[in-house]
Amino acid sequence: MNIHEYQGKSLLKKYGVAIQEGIVAETPQQAVDVAKQLTEQTGTSWYVVKAQIHAGGRGKGTVTETGSRGVVLAKGIDKVEEVAKGILGGHLVTLQTKGNGKKVNKVLIAQDVYYPGEAQPEEFYMSVLMNRETGRNIIMYSTEGGMDIEHVAEHTPHLIFKEEIDPKVGLQGFQARRIAFNLGLSGEAFKQMVKFVSSLYAAYEGTDASMFEINPVLKTSDNRIIAVDAKVNIDDSSLFRHKDIAEMHDKSEEDPTELEAKAAGLNFVKLDGNVGCMVNGAGLAMATMDIIKFSGGSPANFLDVGGTANAERVEKAFRIILKDPNVKAILVNIFGGIVRCDRVAQGIVDAYKNIGNISVPIIVRLQGTNAEEAKKLIDDSGLKVLSAVLLKEAAERVKQVLQ
Amino acid sequence: MSILVNKNSKVIVQGFTGSEGTFHAGQMIEYGTNVVGGVTPGKGGTSHLEKPVFNTVQDAVKTTGADVSIIFVPPAFAADAILEAADAGIKVVVCITEGIPVKDMIPVKEYLKSKDCRLIGPNCPGIITAGEAKIGIMPGFIFKSGKIGIVSKSGTLTYEAADQVSKAGLGISTAIGIGGDPIIGTTTQEAIELFMKDPQTDGIVMIGEIGGNLEANAANWIKANGTKPVVGFIAGETAPAGRTMGHAGAIVGGENDTAQAKKRIMRECGITVVDSPAEIGEAMAKLMKVTA
Repeated sequence: MNIHEYQGKSLLKKYGVAIQEGIVAETPQQAVDVAKQLTEQTGTSWYVVKAQIHAGGRGKGTVTETGSRGVVLAKGIDKVEEVAKGILGGHLVTLQTKGNGKKVNKVLIAQDVYYPGEAQPEEFYMSVLMNRETGRNIIMYSTEGGMDIEHVAEHTPHLIFKEEIDPKVGLQGFQARRIAFNLGLSGEAFKQMVKFVSSLYAAYEGTDASMFEINPVLKTSDNRIIAVDAKVNIDDSSLFRHKDIAEMHDKSEEDPTELEAKAAGLNFVKLDGNVGCMVNGAGLAMATMDIIKFSGGSPANFLDVGGTANAERVEKAFRIILKDPNVKAILVNIFGGIVRCDRVAQGIVDAYKNIGNISVPIIVRLQGTNAEEAKKLIDDSGLKVLSAVLLKEAAERVKQVLQ
Repeated sequence: MSILVNKNSKVIVQGFTGSEGTFHAGQMIEYGTNVVGGVTPGKGGTSHLEKPVFNTVQDAVKTTGADVSIIFVPPAFAADAILEAADAGIKVVVCITEGIPVKDMIPVKEYLKSKDCRLIGPNCPGIITAGEAKIGIMPGFIFKSGKIGIVSKSGTLTYEAADQVSKAGLGISTAIGIGGDPIIGTTTQEAIELFMKDPQTDGIVMIGEIGGNLEANAANWIKANGTKPVVGFIAGETAPAGRTMGHAGAIVGGENDTAQAKKRIMRECGITVVDSPAEIGEAMAKLMKVTA
């Protein structure tokens, strides 16, 4: 589950990580109020207004309606309202957003942390994640902060360092020190970085996160080390034991159809193709999407109906797929093992009749226990449903209906 | 014959008396699997499905000599169940449970390194040696006995492959579902190493999906050490980057874990890769004819 920057920062703060302080606002007036509050708290007189959406590249992104960037510096309290107006309610398009961009419902009013002082501010990169190769957590970091880490990895891979955490002993002091040394720090900044690293790792572990990415980590002109941004992803499987984090879920960030599917217990991902599909099992569902492509179409969705493909679930799945006006055909691919194919077929027939008036052709491929009986049931139903038993036949049927 | 499990395997079921455990243990017994008992803490001394129930895996092993365990306990307690089995000296642990937090699996993976214990899964359909032992949730009848080994990350796609292989006139030695989570016990490569050494396996079907590097590692191993024909398929060519496709581990993270990249590496390593999952059986049959 992804969370917003302001939520990620609140988790960091809870674990003792120094952050760029800020307060979230939903209207331009509220933005001014919280900016005043922030000045009382931190003494800042400039404010960074940051769009809160689940996508990177906000600083370089553009709000379609106003032309404003997604992250703007307001140089004074009198500028905050205008800047916030330019961002709130608009649609922010960045390199990572799709289509018309993402609607901005909230802005984070954050303190200015690039103030001048005795030292030059410096930006670093740091993330914590699990390395699937070893099954261990790693801290990945770089002197090249504030820019796209994929770009750094491609052009200057020698500037990216990794510290692996042994699960038997956890993150050790020498590792945090090594990180601070490799980032070229000394004195107060060194001490601060050691603390930053251990608190960041504690936050990652304590929240059951899949990723904490801090870009940039800033060394301020007075040698403090703080998190200026926070991209955080929490392991969905762990949310049962983190009720407070589960509540951070922002439904407005997700496709409404996907939310509806989730509520019905269906595993659904919206895609932009022309052939819908309904499958049991995630692997077979991906393989079915691939078959659609090789048959000349492109998949409109990923949908795993799960092990019990009963009439109720099948009907819900049909309704969800049919919401998409791009869908020209639907391929149902069920490999019946424990669940008998004739039962699934009856479910499909019932669902079809309940919905009524389905205008796109439906191809049903049922294989496994009682597959032949299922095919007969479909064929005798009198519905506009094409049946298949072999996967190959299903692919050919898709080709036929697209012609 | 087979790898890892056979008709002599003595199997216990952890989470025996729960609804999933009861249903699938019943199916396993019906298939002919040598289920010698089960474990449900607090119900020790009773019997279930005419088999003894124990409080701990240790008690079960002491009394029955069990060497294989299958786990049907909820996600919050599953990592503990794996550790308990390994601690009790179980040699093969099959964990069916889906949705175990990654944080719980990190120490499990580490602990198993110090034990003579192989984990299959979690989030997998289990393992079946055709005609001998079904330790999982797969429909047994699809797996006709024969000489093709199958290793796969996915459940229904394994059934699909087994069905095609059987229809192509071949059969299955052992099929092993390794699971779709980011951290799993037995890897693709480890399963393939076992099949290459197994005298009863003549050919191997290897099925993967987007995300991670298990297939690339296995392909490189096959290139250096392979002695039997391998047919490969990777699901998810049409999956968008950055989205989780059902399995927690099925997510494209970079350029090297897309279906296209994996298939390219596998082809470079001499594996017969099919683009359409409908061609797995035919491709295997063709290869077996060439070798024969």
